[in-house]
Amino acid sequence: MTSEPNILNRLRHDGDVPIAAVERLHERLVEAASRGDLLDVAYRVLDTPVGPLLLAATPAGLVRVAFANQGHDEVLDDLARRVSPRVLHAPSRLDPAAGQLHEYFSGRRRRFDIPLDLQLAHGFRRLVLDCLADLDYGSTASYAAVAAAIGKPKAVRAVGTACATNPVPVVIPCHRIVRSDGGAGDYVGGANTKRVLLALEIGNRP
Amino acid sequence: MSLPPFESVVVEHGPVVLRICRAVVGPHDADDVWSETFIAALAAYPRLAPDSNVRGWLATIAHRKGIDWIRARDRAPLPVDRLPEVPGRSAEPVIRDDSLWSAVAALPTKQRGAVLYHYVAGLPYAEVGRLLDSSEAAARRAASDGVRALRSTVTRERS
Repeated sequence: MTSEPNILNRLRHDGDVPIAAVERLHERLVEAASRGDLLDVAYRVLDTPVGPLLLAATPAGLVRVAFANQGHDEVLDDLARRVSPRVLHAPSRLDPAAGQLHEYFSGRRRRFDIPLDLQLAHGFRRLVLDCLADLDYGSTASYAAVAAAIGKPKAVRAVGTACATNPVPVVIPCHRIVRSDGGAGDYVGGANTKRVLLALEIGNRP
Repeated sequence: MSLPPFESVVVEHGPVVLRICRAVVGPHDADDVWSETFIAALAAYPRLAPDSNVRGWLATIAHRKGIDWIRARDRAPLPVDRLPEVPGRSAEPVIRDDSLWSAVAALPTKQRGAVLYHYVAGLPYAEVGRLLDSSEAAARRAASDGVRALRSTVTRERS
């Protein structure tokens, strides 16, 4: 009488549903969700010289860029919690962002021209991001200079926090904020990634 | 505790819900019922309690969508002359249904429902009974009859 648990195990096992069938159904689901305004967060992963980047967008624009060291699964969980749990892998929705990032990493793009959804940055942090967006390609500024520029010269640490929690690094260039002593300083994608980005920009300065 | 991204729901439960759809409406219409199930689930997902049995919740939606589908199909006029299937058009990967799943599809409606919703989807018998318009006790009996019928299929398959 060993066949009953065997049957029950086999019923719960879906091993021979071909992956292709489910992938095609997934594609159909993404299309239907887009048509029905139910795709609140679309994401994809882009391979870059600084490792795989997670890109996520709402209908309003790019809402997250995350490095591998930030944990892509954790970032997706965070998006489900803070934006909406209607999160689907939908690469084509990220085509414009992926294309421009690809151009940036190959030195052919110096400014990003894609809609951003900055709903994950509030108050002071949001002010800092707005200020960073004006920093030119290949240039750097100190944390202290940014604090001074937004009229809060004592908030140097808070500028550091704003950079560390930038929801769209690379696209909003917090990597261009460096220490007053000339050191590159910490970075949300790791200090080495910051040095790679700065070297890329210096090498392709106009 | 919060809801995981819907993507993980599709990846984790998509294949088994396809199994259920195939057993309920047949391989021909299973994709459409699966699609309707998941779009309805996506719409309702933000309101789902985070500690829910997600597979059972999906099976409940698939059951209702399957019934709607069968009703609509039965109302539709029968095609006078059905064109033969052109190979290539259905080059669609045919799910290699092992004999066990064919046997599930062949069970009487209540037994099939009880097996699918209790054993495959993990719903308690009280819930299965509600889905099948019968009592908890009847659902339990139907599931046990269903498993007995499947067991004899498996035994025959082995010999």
